[in-house]
Amino acid sequence: MSSLRDPVVQRLLGGLLAALVLGTIAGRLLALRARTEAGRATVANMNERIKAWWVMSAVFGIALLTGRVGSVVLFALLSFLALREFITLIESGRADHRALLVAFFLATPAQYVLVATEWYGLFAIFIPVYLFLLIPTVLAVIGDTHDFLRRTATIQWGLMICVYAISHAPALLLLDIPGYGGREALLLFYLVAVVQLSDVLQYVFGKLFGRHKIAPKVSPNKTWEGFVGGVLCATLIGTALYWATPFAPLEAAAMSLLVTLVGFLGGLVMAAIKRDHGVKDYGALISGHGGVLDRIDSLTFAAPVFFHVTRFFF
Amino acid sequence: MIATLIAGCARLVTGATARWLVEPRSERQRVYFANHASHADFVTIWAALPPPQRARTRPVAAADYWTTGRIKRYLAVRVFRALLIDRSGSDGARRATEQMVGALRDGDSLIIFPEGTRGDGREIAPFKSGLYHLAIAAPDAELVPVLLENLNRVLPKGETIPVPVIARVTFGAPLAPAPGEARDALLGRARAAVAGLREAD
Repeated sequence: MSSLRDPVVQRLLGGLLAALVLGTIAGRLLALRARTEAGRATVANMNERIKAWWVMSAVFGIALLTGRVGSVVLFALLSFLALREFITLIESGRADHRALLVAFFLATPAQYVLVATEWYGLFAIFIPVYLFLLIPTVLAVIGDTHDFLRRTATIQWGLMICVYAISHAPALLLLDIPGYGGREALLLFYLVAVVQLSDVLQYVFGKLFGRHKIAPKVSPNKTWEGFVGGVLCATLIGTALYWATPFAPLEAAAMSLLVTLVGFLGGLVMAAIKRDHGVKDYGALISGHGGVLDRIDSLTFAAPVFFHVTRFFF
Repeated sequence: MIATLIAGCARLVTGATARWLVEPRSERQRVYFANHASHADFVTIWAALPPPQRARTRPVAAADYWTTGRIKRYLAVRVFRALLIDRSGSDGARRATEQMVGALRDGDSLIIFPEGTRGDGREIAPFKSGLYHLAIAAPDAELVPVLLENLNRVLPKGETIPVPVIARVTFGAPLAPAPGEARDALLGRARAAVAGLREAD
């Protein structure tokens, strides 16, 4: 986001600030009204989440305002922390050590260097091709063949989700959209805002009206009411924000609907992994939310799809 | 200053989240005893302690590992104030116990690994008798069981670069020797106390 003097930037940041203030006031009011033990716990968790949203918004805002470097560094850190949570959850053993060093200290930084240097050709294939070949090679050289394919696949999957997929968000900055005046950072803001709003609104609608569970075996908190309300509202807001994007209103509606739906599927898939490992959250870094991966699970799916659709059509 | 810096770095690398089932800021003298899976173990426990407690807690470590090389020696002696134990010779165990009792008499707390050697991170090996002798020699010191999880994954045996897997340290409720409790009974109970923290949430 090139500059604070840009009126579009001012309106977006103003909107974000207004949303945060509104949420904070709503949280305070709800805290006064909560009567039951369970209600109080829900509101307390909600207020913790809102507080964390202030911090996350500040970090994200500052990163965007510092331009490409800030955005790339922020997402590189998020990838690193997400991968860390992912690897901690799966069972890695002594024989995986060297392959994990490659994943953390070679693949992750390299992928973001490719974003920063705008090397699109290698950015797109580095992890899906070269790490795909390198990780099993390292494991084979170490020589422990026990569960070989499962161990290889798990590390590769973690890299794809936590590093490759997420890196498509800051990669929006290397698109060159005709007539958008080099303000691609606004597109990154737009993607993250719509996806996260959809998450928040699904949570809110679910808490208010949730009756019918969508996938009780995978994620007991996801309901049809939350899903429909959240996706529709986020799509509406995404449409209303078309002036900040290179999209026409109808196009903005289609893009918002697309990323909220894909984001929902991302949340579902990441929940299935948690379920399988018997945990509720990937981590505890963000108060009230769980780990980094819990917060960006929808984004892992939405970012690559949004990136490629934008790149293809605009 | 350097100690604070290193403690911060250690917490960052291991991402260690500490769970306390016992008062962290107690003024009591303590013997923290933990399962042992990596060279990063005592640093992790030491870094998880509140600064005043950290300042008077000495990790017990093997002299043969920590005196090779100047940096390691500097860290061990100056920063961690480690109690370096010479494990060689037939009376190594006896001398080690004497050293530890001496440190307790000086008023310091200790971090010890009663398995005596690093395990694979899953099984906890039977405890050596040192812990029992410390309990007898310093009856006022609290015996605090500590469970380290994932440290074997952060830095397995034979590796030098840590992988940033998130580690977990759990400090359990202190164990008191019953009057006249036999050595093996106490050691068995201590080992069970460490293992029992795995499930405690």
